[in-house]
Parts: sequence; C-alpha cells; structure tokens
Amino acid sequence: MSKLYTGAEIVFKCLEDQEVEYIFGYPGGAVLPIYDELKNHSSIKHILVRHEQGAGHAAEGYARSSGKPGVVLVTSGPGATNVVTALTDAYMDSIPLVCISGQVPTHLIGTDAFQECDTTGITRPCTKHNWLVKDIKELPKVMNEAFKVATTGRPGPVLIDIPKDIQFAKTNYTKFKKEKKLNGKIHNKFSENEINQLIDLISKAKKPVVYTGGGVINSGPQASETLKEFVRLIGFPITSTLQGLGAFPGDDNQFIGMLGMHGTYEANNAMHDCDLLINIGARFDDRITGKIDEFSPKSKKVHIDIDPSSINKIIKVDLAIVGDVNEVIKSAIKKINKKQNGLKDSNKQRISKWWEQIQKWRTKDSLGFINSDKEIKPQHAVKRLYELTKNQDTFITTEVGQHQMWAAQHYKFNKPNRWMTSGGLGTMGYGLPAAVGVQIAHPDKLVIDIAGEASVLMTIQEMSTAVQYNLPIKIFILNNQYMGMVRQWQELLHEKNYSESYSEALPDFVKLAEAYGCKGIKADNPNELDEKIKEMIDYNGPVIFDCHVDPNENCFPMIPSGKPHNQMILGPSDKEENKITGKGKSLV
Amino acid sequence: MSSPKSAYSIPTKKGKLDTHIFVVWVDNESGVLARVVGLFSGRGYNIESLAVAEVDATKNISRITIVTTGTPQVIDQIKLQLKKLVPVHKVADFKREDKNVIFKEMALLKIVAQKKKIDKCLKECKKFNPVILDKTNKSVVVQITALRREIDKMSKKLKPYGLTSTSRTGAIAMTRGAQTFK
Repeated sequence: MSKLYTGAEIVFKCLEDQEVEYIFGYPGGAVLPIYDELKNHSSIKHILVRHEQGAGHAAEGYARSSGKPGVVLVTSGPGATNVVTALTDAYMDSIPLVCISGQVPTHLIGTDAFQECDTTGITRPCTKHNWLVKDIKELPKVMNEAFKVATTGRPGPVLIDIPKDIQFAKTNYTKFKKEKKLNGKIHNKFSENEINQLIDLISKAKKPVVYTGGGVINSGPQASETLKEFVRLIGFPITSTLQGLGAFPGDDNQFIGMLGMHGTYEANNAMHDCDLLINIGARFDDRITGKIDEFSPKSKKVHIDIDPSSINKIIKVDLAIVGDVNEVIKSAIKKINKKQNGLKDSNKQRISKWWEQIQKWRTKDSLGFINSDKEIKPQHAVKRLYELTKNQDTFITTEVGQHQMWAAQHYKFNKPNRWMTSGGLGTMGYGLPAAVGVQIAHPDKLVIDIAGEASVLMTIQEMSTAVQYNLPIKIFILNNQYMGMVRQWQELLHEKNYSESYSEALPDFVKLAEAYGCKGIKADNPNELDEKIKEMIDYNGPVIFDCHVDPNENCFPMIPSGKPHNQMILGPSDKEENKITGKGKSLV
Repeated sequence: MSSPKSAYSIPTKKGKLDTHIFVVWVDNESGVLARVVGLFSGRGYNIESLAVAEVDATKNISRITIVTTGTPQVIDQIKLQLKKLVPVHKVADFKREDKNVIFKEMALLKIVAQKKKIDKCLKECKKFNPVILDKTNKSVVVQITALRREIDKMSKKLKPYGLTSTSRTGAIAMTRGAQTFK
C-alpha cells in the first residue's frame, strides 16, 4: 500500500510539483493545518503580508514581473473576502494567480459557523474557475488543474477552497504528469489562410497602425522579441495600451506612445485616421476606444487574441486570428520573409506620407507641460526619475490615478514585465504590495512604486512586510494632497466642486517611514529633486519618498469620454477653448 | 440615457433583438448552474426560460436549455463566454425560427369547473397532446406539450372556463433528422 498523505501535505506536494517558490499569505483558524505543514517544505518560502489584499497584489506583482503564477494562501471568511479585490484585479488584467483559501470543516458549511462565508459563491464572478474541495481524493487533481487553468489560454486567477477537515484527511498521492492534450479551452489553431489575409492587408495598407496590449506581455518575453522583429520588418507605427507598455521599446522611433484617454496626440490621431489597424493582444477597452461609433472609422481591423470572446465584443473586426500572439506573429514573419522579399522596401514608400503626417502630429508635443522652478511639476518628477534610473534594469509599479498616467506617459519602458499597474479594475493601493511581490521575484533589481498619496495609504501597512523581508522597494509618492484624478474630473465636469477629494490630515510620510523602520525623504523644491532621487536609489533598503508636487496640475492630453480620438484636449490652454461651449461640456 | 456628466461613454443605439435557444452540455457538479446563470446575470444578459436535468448518468453530463434574447453581437458573446467556463463541454445555439429544431415546453393546467366547462377545456387542448393526470367531478389536471406562445394562448383562452393554476417548464430543444450536435 502506498503512503497516505494529509490534505495539507498534498497542497505542498502539488506546489512543489509546480515548482512554486513563494506563497503570499496570512494565517487564520481554517488554514492552520496548511501553515503547520509549511516547516517541512524548505523549497517554498512564505511571505507574511499585513492584509490579504496585499497578498493578492503582491502575488500579482510577482506573477507580472516573472511570468510565473502567483500563489496566495488565506484563511476562511474575512481572509477570503479581503482577497476578492486582488482576484478581481487579476481577472481584469489577465494575471495568473492560484489562491488557496481555508474553509470551515465540511460538516459546518452552511451553518453560519465562525469565519464562514460562501467563498466559492463570492469569488465565482472574479475567477476563471474555483473549486470547493469536499472530498480529499479530489484534492490532488483539483490542485493541478487549478495551475493549468490559471496559466493556460488567457491567464487569470483561480481559487481553491479547502475545508479544515479535508486538510487533515488522508489519501494517496501520485505525482502529476504534464498532459500533452489540453482541455479544449485553449485556442491556438489559426489557419494559414488567416495569415495570408493578414499579409495581404499589410501589403496594401497606406496608413497602417499596430496597436498592442497586455496579451503580448502574457505571451512571454519571446513575444516581445517577435513583435519587435515584426514591426521593424513592416515599418509600421506602433502604439500600445497601458498594459502593453514595454512590449516594444518606448524610446524607439517607430513607437508613437500610449493611446487612449490619456494617450499621445499622434497615437490617437493615427488610430482615428488609419486605414489598417492591427490589434495584437488588446481588447478595445472603453478607455482606449472613446466613442465607439466614431472609433477608427476608415480602417480595416485585424484582431489577434488568444481569447475568442474578446473578438467582436466591442468593435467588429474584419479579420480575427485566434491564437497565441507569439505564434501568430512568428508565422506572419515567416510568411513575409518567404513570400515577399520586397515588402520591406515597398512598404516604406507606400507609407512614407503617413509617417510624414505622424511627424506633424508629433510636433504638437502633446506630453509637454509648463515646467516651474518654484514647484515640482509631477510630470517633471517622473521624467527625472526616468532619467536617473534608465541606466539600470528598473521595475515600476503604480497605484491608480493621475500619477499612474504620468508614469505611463513619461517613463519609457524598453523591456516587457518591467511595468506593473492596475489597468482594468483601477485598484488604488495596488502598487505598494505589487512592488513587494516584484522585489521578491527580482531581489537585486531596483523596484519603484510611483504612487499617489491617497492610493498608497490604502495599503501602506505592507511597508511592514517590506521591512520584515529586507525588500528595498522605493515608494515614490507624487503628493498633491488631492485624489488627483477625482479632482481633475470635478474640475472639468462638476464646476470645480471638489467634493471630498482633498485629503485632510495627511500623515507626515517621513515620520511614517521612520515608524516602519525605513527611510523617509521629502522633496518640495525642483532644485533638490535630482539629488534626493539619487539618495533614494542609493539607499539600500525600503524608502518612502514624499515628493510634494503642484496640487493643481491636470493630466493631459485627454480624450473626454463620449468623444472620438481626434477630439482631444491637449492642455490647460486648449481646455479653455474646448470647455467654454456648453455642448462640449455636457459631452465630456 | 445616462447622465451627460459621465466619465464613461454614452450608450449608443441598440440593434435588433433576436430570440435564441442555447443548449449547453455541462459536468453535473455542484455550482455549475450557478456559474451559467451567474454569467447571464453578471453580464446583463436576459434569460427567458431555463430547463436543466442530467442526461447522461455515467458521464455525469447535464443538459441546460436557455432561451434568451439579444443583438447578434450579444448572442455571439453569450456563446463564447459560455464556452470559456471550465465545466462546459459544448454549446449549441439555435434561432427560434430554425425549422430544423424542435422546441417544446410542457405545462400542467388545473381547471376547477362544472363538467360541461371541463369538457370544453379538454376539447381546446386536443391539439397539444393532452394527458389527464387527475380528475374529480369538480376539477381536472391536464398536461399539455406545445410551444411557448401556444401555451400562452391556451392559458388566456382557458381562464374563463375555470383555469385556476398553471405550472410550466422552460423550453427544451432537439434537432430534427439523424444528426446530433457535435
């Protein structure tokens, strides 16, 4: 007879089989058997967070920056409900997470027991799939399937709810074997015909644009290499969504900046005027498309995505290629090289006028801002941060709001997996715990959370985690004393009625840093900014950098919602002209 | 119309709505119906009727039949989203007008009335394969199988004859001919 293992042992055996190195978690009554077993598995390190939401975001940061699934371990009831925000965040941004939650013993389920909640019911809409394990014999299979579901196809979070008695119960365990056959939920069967059609469209286009998204990042670092080769081969301008930044070098001449609500003038105009739009691994989100009826009206549209349900969900496309981004572009490159040797040169001629137009749009310098020598402008702060860190491999996370958009606009990413931000759900408080996870995955790299003072206070307790594990994360707070994006909308839409968006009684961040046992730095003068940023980078340990910036700065350019791409507000002066007309205001 | 002061886009005109019948083969495990129904409610799709039961006891397969309405784009989304659910094996989708598919609903009708009126009721039901399940001298329970709109019509018609209670199932569907849906 083979050896019998407890449920808790099986959990770790499966984690070992999956080569999991880190778990982010927080103990509690219903997961104690699993925590008890932790000491017997030295290859798995547990990172104790200060709040379960932090565990979820840390696992997201870990997953996004390393390409491996993030593993979360929480207890029943409040442990599980606290992690819901992070699961939803991961679901929206397609990040592979495996969350293990404890549950009250099976005989108590449904009795409103202490710390009981319907975890699988609550998390059903925010996971790819979830399981309540009621039979110990199911556990090994469920654990392995969970990793498979989380990491294959379009990645996403899954949750396994394990009642306490199941953690104690025993069964035998056979090592999991990698299946060759996938479960039919993964689609990577594009046809040669589709590739031919794509190449035909490419060779005819006069005003093309490539629009890439987080799917390229999820397809792995190789996909970014392939994308670079593809875009250089065809010579098209390329723009990216917020999630896709870094897939193509941000300082490359072919890159025309981020698109969408706070995208560049050239990117949005190119989207509007193009005759061929190639969407690679993006999903036509409403912050990208603006007004649907007037979205890129003159173009043929191609959509390459691994998730069939993304196709035609919002924008009808002319050619859909369902498959892994890397595989699809690779075969397109192969075809182009084989079939049309002259494509490279002929393309350049055909689209040269288009590039001239784009250069004209570029001269608008839509990311420009009026700098000051009295106050630190937030854009200037991000620019300086970029200049002073670009010579090393830097990982940036952000919270959500104006600072996030400024980071996206002014920090240039040259490699994938270096940019971790909450795009889909827009979760304030994401950046600090995400930075913890990133630093765990890359202990020797520089990890900076570009934060806002309002967002960072939502998960500030994770500084304690950073200190405990000696994680030298840098929290770079653009402190404008407002929930800046809320204030901006109130200024533009609600007659400057700044209802509840001013943060009164903010803590002294320097003292707060010291209270947590890390370094605090404060800057409020542009002249001392560089020096202080250098001080932050050079400090070997976690830092909270309180950068006092102009509280009235708005984030431009901007497409007001309900407007198409070619009607952007470029800056404060432009805003005045656009804003005065009553109709324009009501449309925003 | 939503408020014009919106951070989101303004809804644009809606397309034409079609009625479709989805047949979904799923693993008969706990929570599977909640996943399917939750998908509809969570994404704002509409369920007109629902019928579900296990059809293969050895493989533990249940067959769910859902009648829904939506624009062609929404119908497409429903299908693709259903296919993404882990316990879903396959999804078939038929237009209600599809002549190659049989749609049926069953209803139980309780009529409390004089014999004369009851006889009239039974005559009216004749077209819809009536089966008398229970009879007393003051009442009758009849089972009929028909299309949704036919049952709607019947309930209206039989009201004056003493129809007091109606219980009906959701629609179920099957293709005509020798082929089965793969």
